[in-house]
Amino acid sequence: MAWICGFGAALPSRLVSNAEISALIGKTPEWIQSVSGIQHRRWVASGETLLELAVRAAEDCLSKTAVSASEIGLILVASASAPRRFPGPAAVVAAQLGLQEIPAIDLPIASAGALFGMALANELAPRFGPTLVVASEVLSPFVVAEPIEAGVAMLFGDGAGACLIHPTSGLFKICQVQLASDGSFAEDLRLEFQGPIQMNGRAVILQASRKIPRAIQQVLDRQAIPASQVDRFLLHQANQNLLDRVADVLTLPREKFFSNIAHYGNTSSASVLIAAAESFQQQPPPSGAYVCFAAFGAGFHWGAMLCQAG
Amino acid sequence: MDKRATILEILRKVSNKDLNPAPEESLFDSGLLDSFALPEMVSALEQAFGITIPDSDLNPRKFDSIERIEQYLESRN
Repeated sequence: MAWICGFGAALPSRLVSNAEISALIGKTPEWIQSVSGIQHRRWVASGETLLELAVRAAEDCLSKTAVSASEIGLILVASASAPRRFPGPAAVVAAQLGLQEIPAIDLPIASAGALFGMALANELAPRFGPTLVVASEVLSPFVVAEPIEAGVAMLFGDGAGACLIHPTSGLFKICQVQLASDGSFAEDLRLEFQGPIQMNGRAVILQASRKIPRAIQQVLDRQAIPASQVDRFLLHQANQNLLDRVADVLTLPREKFFSNIAHYGNTSSASVLIAAAESFQQQPPPSGAYVCFAAFGAGFHWGAMLCQAG
Repeated sequence: MDKRATILEILRKVSNKDLNPAPEESLFDSGLLDSFALPEMVSALEQAFGITIPDSDLNPRKFDSIERIEQYLESRN
């Protein structure tokens, strides 16, 4: 198993309040907060792009680790909102980071993309060397595409996160990984080429409420540790009510589930990395502490990863 | 307690409302049940009726009214 060396994040500059969204969807700011936990989100301003956010997040991550860009052997870039069909952002992000002649792989997976990237990096880092996982999303143009859906427009934010995975050393040893996909629900959350985002919110919540706790329990059982022994849970920041539901199903205090959705909204694949960067900056985990990541998103793709601080 | 009464009791508990919907009334469209009460209702149905509802059956339409919930539970007998 490989190690996580650190995290980074980049957020766009434009703060978008619930009041601004309210004017688009005909709901009150209080309604938005009650159904999602979101107070405001960040959207790209003119000149800010998915690629620029990805590079900024990667640079932030590298600045916090002892690994230089020249040591990176592989880069994985997750995004559900890439601005064109091909090439995806991975090769361009690599070039802008000055990474020459290394494989750069796109992961077009929403919400769970970063978790899938971290899991793949865990397998691939021993072969390719230090692996940079980046997730970057600019979903704001799609959420304001007509016809505007209230449940979509109020939910999503833009942002990017990054994580560096090293084959032999780092801050957290990856202990267990559980990944799964089920394409029979593909129509319930999708973004066609012309947009807008189509979401059957009830189906998504119903499935996520089952599958996230189950994936978490699977990695805990394999490691033979009780959920109560986990220092903190870092989940895809989908919706505050979903985070609370997962905590309740696992009969854990809700405070164990880090949340920053109030400030950034749902940034899809980037959210778990942005959450990790912020959480560990605020409070580094004590040596030996377990940290559990989990995500669920369109596809459906979902999973969990259990790590232990070195 | 009969099946319908048990379902109604579960609905009242998860919604925190003293509701009394018609059997065919949509629980979602009428606003009686929100998206986050739905998973809680499904868990309560499993517990009350001693069944495990597989993920493949977790389609909100199957649980959209008391009548549909009854039909689903009948299909599991």
